[in-house]
Amino acid sequence: MKKYALFLGCTVPIRAQHYELSARNVAKELSIEFADMPKASCCGFPIKAVDAETALLIAARNISIASEMNLDVVTLCNSCTAMLSDAQKQMENDHFHKKFKTLGFSYPHEITVKHFVRVLYEDVGLDVIKKKVTKPLDSLKVIAHYGCHYMRPSYIYGFDNPEVPHTFDELVTLTGAQSVDYYDKKMCCGGSVLGIDEKLAVTMANHKLHFAKGNGADALISICPFCTVMYEDNQRKAEELFETQYGIPVLYYPQLLGLSFGLDKNAVGLRFNRVRPNELLEKIGGGA
Amino acid sequence: MIDLKKADPNFKYEIIKHEGGEGLLKCFGCSDCAASCPVRYFDERYNPRKIIRLTLLGMKNEVLSSPFLWLCAHCHACTERCPQGILVAELINAIKNYAVEQGYCPEGYKTQLDLLKKMGRLYEVEDFDLKKRQKLGLPPIDKTIPEVAKIVDYTGIAKVVKK
Repeated sequence: MKKYALFLGCTVPIRAQHYELSARNVAKELSIEFADMPKASCCGFPIKAVDAETALLIAARNISIASEMNLDVVTLCNSCTAMLSDAQKQMENDHFHKKFKTLGFSYPHEITVKHFVRVLYEDVGLDVIKKKVTKPLDSLKVIAHYGCHYMRPSYIYGFDNPEVPHTFDELVTLTGAQSVDYYDKKMCCGGSVLGIDEKLAVTMANHKLHFAKGNGADALISICPFCTVMYEDNQRKAEELFETQYGIPVLYYPQLLGLSFGLDKNAVGLRFNRVRPNELLEKIGGGA
Repeated sequence: MIDLKKADPNFKYEIIKHEGGEGLLKCFGCSDCAASCPVRYFDERYNPRKIIRLTLLGMKNEVLSSPFLWLCAHCHACTERCPQGILVAELINAIKNYAVEQGYCPEGYKTQLDLLKKMGRLYEVEDFDLKKRQKLGLPPIDKTIPEVAKIVDYTGIAKVVKK
């Protein structure tokens, strides 16, 4: 059993409890242990545009908490992953480390930062996960959305292929669902510009919803709470703006994986999905 | 029309001093960043190459006062493709940081900074949230993390933004 420090960030523990719940339950099935990080804060990313140094120090403080626990960090949000990974890399920078120490933080143990999905791919492994799939979701056709900060920037991650990513498709395919190969797979959800220009952000989100519908997808599979804000919470706005109907459920990957493990729909928090996945549930036979 | 008489030759040197701005002078203007940009795909008002070019020319006011600077989604599509190895998204972020210092901070970011200083997180944790978490069998979370305010005070960014 491998143990990780679970970093929740801002959005997941308050606005996406079903993501957290399903991730914890899937982890349990795979004998992954999560330790909670006391006094962990925001990752810092929301104010990087204001001041990168402040953002990095906020991220570094969270790294310090995990380092003192001597545990590698696992994250559920793409942007938290990028911000914490950047701060972890900055530990080698003397100038930064000095400031970090001045603030009273320490980095006693070298630790890594990985998104939960990357942990599933690299640390757990496809073979182990596949053995747990007792209820293959063969009847489903889904769209896998990576999100920008899952594999970019590659100079920080060195994981997957930033131009032709494939790891998440492989993980989605393991559940038995068909992962549709679609146009503009790497397209950004628009989340980062939502606060600056809502119409532009919704237009960006619409792009992928349009392909999801065109491909007859039963759901869009997300691994980032902010991408979900764009595709799920803003789906109605996209429908209004582009005068169309989508009704595409947005599931977090651990929800999909959990269903393929035979977990109950409540164990993956399916009732919290805002676009009701009723048809999807019918297709897979009621969800255990 | 660009009037070079209004150019500030020191502008580019100010940017390269900022975290992430280091690569600026390597740009030879190939436009790979703009061609890769998902924001520009939908909205031509945002063009990373144009922002970088104007910065190199010293068109400080044009760059800093442009609302389009803030449309960068920081997605790093450009960074992956820059033939000069410039961390383009970080460079644009450095220009944003400099714009903040010069008094151009969008209101939304001011609010986010205030929230982080006050609570250490973006959303307020209400009793309702804690009860919901408990019902789902999820562990409690801290309502506030005051240590974040200490970092904000240390770097002095809140004062810069209020200026």
